Order: sequence, then C-alpha cells, then structure tokens
Amino acid sequence: MKTFQGRVIVPGTASAEALVSHGGFNTLASYQMALQFGDLKALGKDTEVQCGDQNNPEIYKKPMMGKALCLPQTIGSTTGGMVLFTVCALGKQPACMLFSKPIDSLAASGAILGDVWTDAVMPVVDSLGSEFLEYVQSGMTVTVKDNGIVEVT
Amino acid sequence: MKLTEEQQRLLDGSRGEVMAKIVKTLVMYGDAFGAERMVPVTSKYGHTVISFGLGVMDPVYDLYDEILSANLLSEQKFTADPRPLDPKVPSSPLDDLVFKKFMYSRQERYEEQLKKLGITKDEDYTCACYLDQVGNIPQRGDVLSWAESSAVVYANSVLGARCNRNSGILEMMGSIAGFVPEFGLLTDEGRKADWIVEVKCTKKPEAQLLGSAIGMKVMEEVPYVKGMEQWLGTELDDNAKAYLKDFGAATASNGAVGLYHIEGLTPEAKDLGESLIRENAQVYVIDDAELERVYRNYPVIWKNPDAKPQLAFIGCPHLTLQQLTDWSRAVLKGLEQNGRKKVAVPTVFTAPVPVIEEFNQSIYAWPLKKAGVVVSYICPLMYMNNPLCKSKAVLTSSNKLRTYTSAKYCTDAEILDIITGGAK
Repeated sequence: MKTFQGRVIVPGTASAEALVSHGGFNTLASYQMALQFGDLKALGKDTEVQCGDQNNPEIYKKPMMGKALCLPQTIGSTTGGMVLFTVCALGKQPACMLFSKPIDSLAASGAILGDVWTDAVMPVVDSLGSEFLEYVQSGMTVTVKDNGIVEVT
Repeated sequence: MKLTEEQQRLLDGSRGEVMAKIVKTLVMYGDAFGAERMVPVTSKYGHTVISFGLGVMDPVYDLYDEILSANLLSEQKFTADPRPLDPKVPSSPLDDLVFKKFMYSRQERYEEQLKKLGITKDEDYTCACYLDQVGNIPQRGDVLSWAESSAVVYANSVLGARCNRNSGILEMMGSIAGFVPEFGLLTDEGRKADWIVEVKCTKKPEAQLLGSAIGMKVMEEVPYVKGMEQWLGTELDDNAKAYLKDFGAATASNGAVGLYHIEGLTPEAKDLGESLIRENAQVYVIDDAELERVYRNYPVIWKNPDAKPQLAFIGCPHLTLQQLTDWSRAVLKGLEQNGRKKVAVPTVFTAPVPVIEEFNQSIYAWPLKKAGVVVSYICPLMYMNNPLCKSKAVLTSSNKLRTYTSAKYCTDAEILDIITGGAK
C-alpha cells in the first residue's frame, strides 16, 4: 500500500477501483455518448457509463461510473464542467476524482457545481503529485479520506 | 478569499437562497485556485457555450429554471454557441427523428430560457461571436465571464481580454453576479508563457495541425510561439485572425490552452516580447516531421476506413466571411478544373448568421448553392453528436470536430480535392 497527500477540493470519503488516465481526461469526449445514449436498450444499454473518447485508448470503452478516476487534469471543451454537473445530477458520477496536478478550471467547475447544486457525493482531491499517477494502476483499490489522504492498494 | 461587504451579504442570502448558492459556487471556484478577491466583469457582453436543448441535460435546464424563478437575470446581454439543428443540412428521416424527438427535445425550452436570461439577438448563436458581423468583441484588458474553449482562447490571445476557461453554467453565474474570482488568466502572472514553441516548418503549417500539436504538448499551459512571422506577418489582419481562430480552437480541444502568445503578432507578445516567458520555460520544436507525426497518429474510427465519404463539414469554429469567400472560390475553381458541376460529396460550410447574410449578397452565393454546397449556421459538433453519425463517413478540416466526433480529419487541400472530385 502507498499513501499520497493531496488537497481537498470537494470533501468526502470513498473507496473504489481505480480507473487511470495518464493523459488529460477529455470530459465531453468521454461522457457525451454514454450520457446521451447510454440508456437506450436498442443500442445496448450502457449502465456502466463507458468512456467514449477515442483519443484516450487507455480508458476508451472502459466503465467510469463508480470508479476512482485518477487523472492528471481534464482537457477539452468548456462544456466539461456542465457535463460533470449533469453526470452528478443523474447519479452517474465516478466514486471520486483524483488529480495528480492542481485541478483545472473545468473540472473544478463541474465538481463544485455537483457539490453545491446536486445531492451527489463525489470527493475530489488534487495535487497528489506525479508519483501518484506513476504508482496507481487501473484495477487497484483506492481509498480517499476526508483530509485529502489517498491510499492505493 | 476576501469578499466585499456587498458580496458577503449576497453570500449570506440578502438576495435569496439561489443567489447565495451562485455566489457560493463562485467563491468555491475561486478558492480552488487561490483567488484572493472577486473582480467585476467589465466586458459589454457575455458568451455562453450552452446552446443546445439536449434531453439528457434536463438537470441544467432545471437549474436555469431555478435561477429564473428567483428573478435572477444576466447582468449583461450575451451571445451563445451555434444551434445544433438547421433544416438545410442534409439529414435522413431517421436523423430528423433522432435529432428532434430524442436528442434536442429541449431546444425550445432552453432557447426560451436564454431569451429570458438575456441573449443579445435570436441570430447570435455562433462560437465565433467575436467576428465583426456579430459584434461581441471585448476590449483589451476586459474581464470576461465567457465559456466556449475556442472563443476564450481567441479573446485572451488575439484580443488581449482576460478570461479563464470557465465551464458552461459557471460563465452564466459570473454574468448574473457581475463578478468572477481573480486567478489564472485574469492575472499578469497567469498570462506568462510556460513553453517556447519554435516553429521550424518549411511551409506554412496547417493551423489546425499546428494547434493540435501544441495543445497535446503543453496541455493547459501558455505557449509563446516563435517562427510564424514569415507566414502571419506582424499585423492582425483578417487572414492572421482567421488562422489564429482555427489554430486556437485546436490548442483548446486537443489540450486545454486558454492563452497563447505569437511572437511579434498578438497584442501582449508585441508589447512585452520575451519578458512574457517564464524562467526555465520548456522548449518544443515543431518541424514538418513533427506535424506529419501528429497527423498520422489521428485515429480513424469510421466503421469502414475506406468508405466513400458521405458528408463534409468545413467551419468548426465558424468561418469568417473571408474564409467563406475563399472556400467558395476554391471549390468553384476546383469543380471547373475537374469538369464537374456539383460537389462530389455533400458539403456544408458553417458560419454565423450575420456572416451568411453578408455572404449571400456576394457573387459566390448562388454558384455555390448550385454546386450543392450548403451554407449553414449549425454547430457541426452537435450535428455529429449522435450514434447515427458513427456509421457515416464524414470528413472535416476541423481538428476540433475530429476530436469530439467520428469525423475524419483532412487538410484543407485534401478535403478540397475530395469534394471537388479531384481525388483519386
């Protein structure tokens, strides 16, 4: 087990399986298909909220809902925060979001909108350091504590 | 963060619970970035990235209803991103069913909300709100509460305004409150360059490819780009501004660039030169081989990579009048050279409504229409944003459209060759 100390953006606790994106996480590209068409049985209902970003082969088509999403930062469209807010409002959010770098403005917007305007619980911790992303791998168990401590096993 | 007495009163609920939540959101947003105070929004107009009434986004429209029910309107009028639908754009009956009955079923509801909140005009739906014909042109130094990655990076870089890469919803909250937290690109320090990009290409780089390469490399940081003077000159004329519009959109979609400086051209680079570059800035050299590497690494996710193209989109972000004219000339000339009367692939050029209206007065409008090219105000990204398009072979010269959809990227020359029937 290894422990990392980050900064709390949205407080809370969570324990979940890690989903790791070493490249920037494109929020719109990742969520747009699953959000819009994930509930359609005709298209093969996607209850797991699969990542739709073809430019991010590391997590493309992998389930995101309920995972400990580990990433450097988010990138892409400025709808990103609105998308994260909607994900939270619909109860399809990751268990937590863990950033190796200081959080970017779009992810912060989405996380804060989700916290202030919805009932979703999605702790967000940033500034965990590059070593965090070097260590954590998809499938590992990640536990987030209230004080920004993240345990990876 | 230190709030003024008035801001504190708002946070404490002096204008009701909804306004208090808006201010709380802005305060938390600022706290995440170490902002010490709020600063007034000084631009004449705002700009919102949310232009679409998607059924799945009901939580957003419910939130806006909550805001409207509290009688809170934007302190400033604003423009909005392009509409997702235009009946002129080719679509099948199934497309229409999916678009209208399923995907954009909340369009009317949302546009009504925008009217109440304060959109400038019914035709002001465009991502290129800063074009002269649209008129949402901030002054240098203006503080903005905008969202739309391509518009924000343009406003910061080409116009010298100050705006963070705000998210949709947050930008509206800033416009309603009339203030935003001061951090990042709103500060002198935040506008310094973290990267020196040395462009050493042998010919003018494709704007979309150059922006894409830089975005992927610098991510959210600020690049100071050298070596472009031979192609862009030292004055922000229409050609340079159009190039930078497309370049910036690519930096912002393949990365998270909110500001770039072009040596000797963009306003801050002209005034402050290399003093904008941070100590120990990293260096990224771009040559022909690097651009080729970036281009070759774009994934092609058509079901059949060799499929015959079914549709071509040009204009993401929306085209300027000059670009629309140049593309029209090129297409008409190409068709003539190839002995064709109509384009080989159904083609859509996209531009703001006021630009289209001006273009429609030109000598190119009718021949272009006769050649089968549709000129539309649509957002191609929104058009493509449905599973039916996954099975369509759509071409684009926009890296942004390529990034977010299954559209295949071609350089300007390649796509021109294909749509005019010259390609083998």
